[in-house]
Amino acid sequence: MNLNSSITLAKVTLIHALLAGLLITFHGFVFAEVELRDYPNEEIRGHYLRLIDELRCLVCQNQNLAASDADLANDLRDETYEMLLNGKTVADVKEFMVARYGEFVLYKPPFSPATWLIWIGPFVLLAVGLTIAISIARKSSNTGARKFSQTDAKRINQLLGK
Amino acid sequence: MTQASNLRKPIFWIPLTFFIGLCVLLAVGLTLNPTELPSPLIGKPAPVFALPILGNSEQIFSTTDNLGKPWVLNVWASWCVACRHEHPILNEYARNNKTFVVGLNYKDPPANGQAWLEQFGDPYTLSVIDFDGRVGIDWGVYGVPETFVVDGNGIVRYKHIGPITVSSLQNEIVPLLHELSLEM
Repeated sequence: MNLNSSITLAKVTLIHALLAGLLITFHGFVFAEVELRDYPNEEIRGHYLRLIDELRCLVCQNQNLAASDADLANDLRDETYEMLLNGKTVADVKEFMVARYGEFVLYKPPFSPATWLIWIGPFVLLAVGLTIAISIARKSSNTGARKFSQTDAKRINQLLGK
Repeated sequence: MTQASNLRKPIFWIPLTFFIGLCVLLAVGLTLNPTELPSPLIGKPAPVFALPILGNSEQIFSTTDNLGKPWVLNVWASWCVACRHEHPILNEYARNNKTFVVGLNYKDPPANGQAWLEQFGDPYTLSVIDFDGRVGIDWGVYGVPETFVVDGNGIVRYKHIGPITVSSLQNEIVPLLHELSLEM
């Protein structure tokens, strides 16, 4: 390696390091802006993080409150945070949201007559499918061993030279 | 085994029925609009608020002032593009009707809200300032514009999400308001 190419290599490495540094810096900025909160204790912090993970953003419906940067998601995160600071429980916050936006706001819907199909439907389908598959497998294994008539058996033995 | 006897066997028609049923279910699902959520407020008392009136902010409008007559709450904002589409329909309606229509100026600096009404016309009996969006949260607002109809007993009877169209106004809101005014 001559001197020139090693200088170029050093330059490229330096530029890479700078770019990586910039990326890391701005990455930090972006997320710090979304979530900069003081938690009085670990319990509230845990409840808050769990709630914004389990509550749906109504504007961008396939995101939770934690992932969405919609204005409303921001407001609802503030609301959640303030309710927890004021001594409200996780259940209180969920009830507050459901009363306003309906059960759709919960990523994990409660087990109720309206939702039992969603909860147990897949398991019922799986059980039905397994039963059918097993019964088909049994049937075909039963018919697998064929019985030969006396004449067929004789003919086979003859052909096999027995 | 012949084809005809196969057709009579449950192993043949049970999966077929199930498959057709599933197709129908999914086909219906495709025609629904997933962004229109049924409001849990319908049939429940309208969330109470008392907010300063836009353009006259010393005065407060309270929902309890409106007991005894059906009224409409329309959520709007100057930053809301879809509101511009429904605004001419509201203006037209206001020219010919005396319905009490409250505009909830949602998350909007009052000066912007006022300028917007001056530019596009003011179809509202009055508008109230919900600058921080707190009242919007209580009403479950998530997609401005939204329109609610409240009956004379203060019960929410109807919600429309997104811009009002001529057909939703004529086929849903106007008949409902007529029915509610007869109830009183």
